[in-house]
Amino acid sequence: MLLLIGTLPIEGLKLHTGEATLDNGKLKIGDKKFTVIRGTSAMMAACCAICNAYNLDNPYCIVAGDIGAGDGSSSIYNYLKDNLYLLEPEVCAFHYIKPVLVAHNKVVDAINKMNKKPILIADAGYMYVAKMAGFASFYDIFTPDLGELAFLADKESPHPFYTRGFIFHMEDKAEELIEMAYKEKNAPKVLCVKGKKDYISKDGKIVKIITKPDIPVLEAIGGTGDTITGMIAAFTYKGLSLENASIISAKLNRIAGKLTNPTPATQIVDIIERIPLSIEKF
Amino acid sequence: MLKVNIARFLPQLKKKNKKVETRGKGLILFSETSEAIRAESILKKAGFDVKMVAPPYHLRKGCDLSIEFNIMEQLAVERILKKLGNPPLDIVPITEKMLEPVNILRETDYGKWIMIRTANMKLTFDKETRIIVNISGGGCPDVPYLANEMIGKKLEEAPSPRELGYTVCAYALNVSFENAKKWIER
Repeated sequence: MLLLIGTLPIEGLKLHTGEATLDNGKLKIGDKKFTVIRGTSAMMAACCAICNAYNLDNPYCIVAGDIGAGDGSSSIYNYLKDNLYLLEPEVCAFHYIKPVLVAHNKVVDAINKMNKKPILIADAGYMYVAKMAGFASFYDIFTPDLGELAFLADKESPHPFYTRGFIFHMEDKAEELIEMAYKEKNAPKVLCVKGKKDYISKDGKIVKIITKPDIPVLEAIGGTGDTITGMIAAFTYKGLSLENASIISAKLNRIAGKLTNPTPATQIVDIIERIPLSIEKF
Repeated sequence: MLKVNIARFLPQLKKKNKKVETRGKGLILFSETSEAIRAESILKKAGFDVKMVAPPYHLRKGCDLSIEFNIMEQLAVERILKKLGNPPLDIVPITEKMLEPVNILRETDYGKWIMIRTANMKLTFDKETRIIVNISGGGCPDVPYLANEMIGKKLEEAPSPRELGYTVCAYALNVSFENAKKWIER
C-alpha cells in the first residue's frame, strides 16, 4: 500500500479515508471529492497523476479538516497510533499536520511495532515535528525548501521562523546547510531540497543538482514543493530508489511547470494537469 | 530578476542574532499558539512592551509561541488576559537563552508581480492592482486555509493572517503580509 496522510483546510471535515484518484481536476478520496489547492491535496493529486501514468495501485489517503486549530491533526495522530499497523503500508508520506511532539512520538512508537517498517517520507508540518522531536534519522527522506533546510541545519531551531540569523543568511550556500543538517543529525538518509536549484543528497553527499528547465516563478506558486513530494512517494512505491525518485520528480515538476507558461499568478492545479504530458516530454 | 534583502531598509527589522537581554523578563506560556498570537495583540493594544519568542526547549510541546514581557508587570498582564478571556497557561521568569523569530525579509521582483518572503512564508502580489496572486511555503495546516481566504483579494481588503491564523507559519505569513502593505506605501 502507498499511504498518503495530511490535513485539508476544510473546517469540520471529520477523519476520512479511502483510495484516491483524479476526477476531472478534483481529488477523489473514497466517496468525496476535493478541490486541488496547495498543501496536502496538491501532494496527493500529483501522486495520483504518477500512479495513473504508470498503472500503479491508487494511493490510500487519510485526511481530516484542519484550518490551524489542530483538531484534524489530532484525529490523524490518534488514527495512526491505533491503526497504522493494520494498514501495513510499504510507503508512507506525511504532510500538512500540525506539529505536536507527544502525538508524533506515539506514531513513531506505532511504526516501531509494525512487522515491517515502511519507507517514510516527511514534508511540511510533519517534517518540522520529526526534526524537533529528534527523530529525523528515523525517516527515509525529507523534502524541505531552502528556508526549511536552514531550519534543519540549526540544531536550536524549533520552526523555520526561529532559524538563527547567521544560518538564515547562508541560504545561498545550500551545500553547506545540507552538510550541517547531517552533522547535527537533523536529516534522514536522503534529502530532496526544493528551490531554484534542487539538491538531492544521500548520507550527507550531494548526488545530483537539478537546474533545468529554469523556471524562477515556480517559487512563488503555492504547491510546487508539495507536488514533488507526492511524485517521490509514487516513484518510490514503483520501486525506484529514493534518490532516483527525487531526481525524476524534481525534473518532471520543472517540465510540468514550464508547460503551463507560468506566471506568479498560476495555480498549482494547472501544473498538476500537465504532469502526464511532462512524462512524455521527459 | 532582482533579489533584494530589504531588511536594511527597515530599521525595526535589522535585528541580527545577538545575545538577548532577558534579565527582569518573564515568559507567558499558552496551551495553543493561537492564544499566544491573540494575547500579543491584546497586550500591545493595552500598551505593554511585549514580543514573541520561542519557549525554552523543556517547555515546548509543539509548534509553540510564547510572549516575553517585563516580569514586573505580571499582575497587570494576568489581569487583562483573564478579563479578555485569554488566560495564560503559566507565567515564568526567563532563566535561559531564548530564540528570536526570523525577521529578515527577502523580495523577489517578477516585473508585474513581487514576492515578499519571511522565513518559510512567501506572499506574491500584483504591483499595480495590489491583488494577492499566490502564497507559498509553510507547513502548518492553516497555510492552505489562509491562502484560500487571501488569494484574489487586494492587500488592503484581504483578511489578516494574524486574525485568522493559529500557527507560527501564520505568524510568519503575517510579517510578509504587513510588509507587502508597507511596500505599496513606499
